[in-house]
Amino acid sequence: MHRKVALLSLIVVVAILIAGGIALMADEFTAKDQQRWQEEFMSVVQTGRELWVSPELGANGVACAQCHPNAANTHPETYPKFQQQLGRVIALREMINWCLMNPLEGVPLKLDGPRMVAIEAYVAYERRGVAMAPGKH
Amino acid sequence: MEKSSLSRRDFLKSAGALATAGCLPLTTVELAFADQRKNFTFAYVSDSHIQHIKGSDFVRNWDRGLIRAVAETNLLTPKPDFVVFGGDLAQLGKKSELDHGAEMLARLNNKVYCVMGEHDYYLDLGEYWSELYGPHYYSWDHKGVHFVVLNSILTYDKWTYERWPTAEQRMNEMAGLDNPNGSPFMVGKKQLEWLRQDLAKVTKETPVVVFSHSPIQKIYKGWNFWTEDAEQVQALLRPLDDVTVIYGHVHQIQYNQIGNISFHAVMATAWPWPYPESYAQAESHLARLTVPMNRADPFFERDATGWQFVDMASGRVAMKYNLYNNTNRVVAYNPKTGQPEDTAYQDSGQRVSPQVHY
Repeated sequence: MHRKVALLSLIVVVAILIAGGIALMADEFTAKDQQRWQEEFMSVVQTGRELWVSPELGANGVACAQCHPNAANTHPETYPKFQQQLGRVIALREMINWCLMNPLEGVPLKLDGPRMVAIEAYVAYERRGVAMAPGKH
Repeated sequence: MEKSSLSRRDFLKSAGALATAGCLPLTTVELAFADQRKNFTFAYVSDSHIQHIKGSDFVRNWDRGLIRAVAETNLLTPKPDFVVFGGDLAQLGKKSELDHGAEMLARLNNKVYCVMGEHDYYLDLGEYWSELYGPHYYSWDHKGVHFVVLNSILTYDKWTYERWPTAEQRMNEMAGLDNPNGSPFMVGKKQLEWLRQDLAKVTKETPVVVFSHSPIQKIYKGWNFWTEDAEQVQALLRPLDDVTVIYGHVHQIQYNQIGNISFHAVMATAWPWPYPESYAQAESHLARLTVPMNRADPFFERDATGWQFVDMASGRVAMKYNLYNNTNRVVAYNPKTGQPEDTAYQDSGQRVSPQVHY
């Protein structure tokens, strides 16, 4: 009886070790993985770019790109920051929605929705290489 | 300069009734001469981008910019000799947009000279615009100054006539400033030859002022802050003593001096654009001479938009930028240095932090 228990315990331990070994393997990824992840990211950036130039995002035909070609003058690296006109610290996505509601006279996007993520991805991508500067004015 | 500041004070006095908030967006230009009787001014309004939504709806924000500029221009004292509209009256070249904008411009109490912008042109290649404002390029003389309007927003024939299945798509592709499907602006051979012949009639000593929509210099190709054959236009202007080029399109304060040619950009009445240097992936060739306008505050709809009062003293241009929600600026030719300079901020010690763009 004791032997059986000991054997079972051994099997469990070995199983845990194998599983653990597999878990350790998950740290490794291939060039192919990286390529796929990059493609996933860039497809969202592309969606963001399409929204950025779209007259359909707002309600008056004005597009983000009309004032912000290549998403310039959006300063994603400075957020979160104290938005002095609103009197509090906000994230970039709140400013995106402010633009949607004001110059674009439209309705705000869901803050964690795919369209907001796509716009943020596009804005950040156009700003790649610039150092983070949260709070900067 | 003394003359210029006097004119400005006179103007502000008369505009005071309207300017309750103390913020007037004007660009005026004064040309001053040794003989003061020859001094005169004109106003410069540009880039209104009147945008049709549907039915009788237009984008309110852009309408307000042009309405305000027209109302304030009408208050100028002394009255400017004429007004120049620097192009992009419409957003997508539609008849409805050009008509709506033309009706606002018609309220000006002055003769208006119009410059073609790409947003006016690429739907019907300027046909309806011509019905309203006449030829695409032309010249005239006024009080001893020769004025030239160029249509600088043409491009390769292949792009204009062959690439796009519809006129609407052609217009939309050119309307996107950062659109990689766009095409560089140019004056073109035919117009260069016309300019050569036009300038042949002008003496070397006559001050010449050229109006174009795009800069007749190369700043950033990606946003068409650029004219492909700029050097060829500059070469035709080089033999003259005294040349100024005033351009729209860029929606921001820019100025430069290349040889004998002074360059000034004007503000838009619609919205401001970033300086190319604030696009992290771009290489910009903005003149180091330029002290940038303040970064725009989007919460003030008219901030970093405006119009110009041009003071022509000494045959050279003093460009007065009348900026909403911002301190007005004056960029005038400095005979000592031989280049246009901001009369308040040129010295690096005088700059303010909102003038730093990133």
